[in-house]
Amino acid sequence: MKQIDYWFLVTNESGKAVKKFMYVNRHAPHGTIYPLEGLEVALVGAAFDQDVSMAFIGDGVFQLTKGQDTADLGIKNCAPTYGALGDYEVTKLYVEQESLDERGLELNDLMNLTWEDEEEDWAEKPSIRVVSRAQLSDLLEQQDVILNF
Amino acid sequence: MLHTVNKSPFDSHSLQTCLGLAKAGSDILLIEDAVYAAMSGTAMTSLIESAMSSSTIYVLEPDLRARGIGSEKMISGINLVGYDGFVELAVTNDKVQSWL
Amino acid sequence: MKFSVMVNEGPYTHQAADTAYHFIRAVLDAGHEIFRVFFYHDGVHNGTRMTTPPQDDRHIVDRWSELAHDHDIDLVVCVAAAQRRGILDKDEAKRNGKDGHNIAPGFRISGLGQLIEAGIEADRLLVFGD
Repeated sequence: MKQIDYWFLVTNESGKAVKKFMYVNRHAPHGTIYPLEGLEVALVGAAFDQDVSMAFIGDGVFQLTKGQDTADLGIKNCAPTYGALGDYEVTKLYVEQESLDERGLELNDLMNLTWEDEEEDWAEKPSIRVVSRAQLSDLLEQQDVILNF
Repeated sequence: MLHTVNKSPFDSHSLQTCLGLAKAGSDILLIEDAVYAAMSGTAMTSLIESAMSSSTIYVLEPDLRARGIGSEKMISGINLVGYDGFVELAVTNDKVQSWL
Repeated sequence: MKFSVMVNEGPYTHQAADTAYHFIRAVLDAGHEIFRVFFYHDGVHNGTRMTTPPQDDRHIVDRWSELAHDHDIDLVVCVAAAQRRGILDKDEAKRNGKDGHNIAPGFRISGLGQLIEAGIEADRLLVFGD
């Protein structure tokens, strides 16, 4: 078994080692419940003092597009709920560049999701971080727990 | 990292997405319908053979047998494991990503 | 080593519940521990005692109940996903004004926090789904 170097482990207030959780989103919104129920995991998980981030790959990038209106479908629109992630300290939403390119999307097509940095006088900062496939591969390797939605 | 893929590559992009993001030296386990990717002479064979140059590909044997895929139909060099081998792969890798 | 397992699909429609079960049996046979099995999305349907599968096929729900009984495995059905899909224990039925409950033996209904805890406490978390 791989030896773990404990010196770099961050602990939370309870003194337990903090784990890196990444929620990988690969489904388009509304066609299935996976994005909505995945979002619920992210919001609940935020209360556990772990290092939480989300990745949007493939059709998952469509979850973040602007202008979603489900009124005529009569189903709950979870798009506005992404706006709450910053308040729950889920501030790292990694979006794969290649997935955007394949779908003809740019950063401007995505919702403006932000968080307020307490350490910089509550300055508003963007939560969406567009990364390359290679960078995302590195990020995945750094995680302790990875869930796919 | 151990990556598991469960969907047929002819039906879903999961395997391609996994291979595009898996680092060299990964263990990749094909389970359920993904075992069809282990067949030789298909449109996916070169993708798997290319992945084999940098990662180790495993196939869950009970899923192969269920689907009637005999060793004569398989890409040479793919490793067969049972559920015990699946557990061993999960133990020896520091984490598992299940590509659904 | 401690394992947690997440099951995202219901019995029979997808192979997920079967693969998860066989994996868990192999974990136990190898002398490792299962910290928790968490059922999410349609996976909550693994927790209804109302299934009557054909007699010549495996009984997936009973198999889970036996696993819980024989090996003291913690089977947790997510309350939010269960409410959407109609899986209830007595308390949930009473709380939501329903005239029946259907949770299978060995399962308990609880919140998503149990999934996060399953990831924190276990050495490995595997997900079986579609």
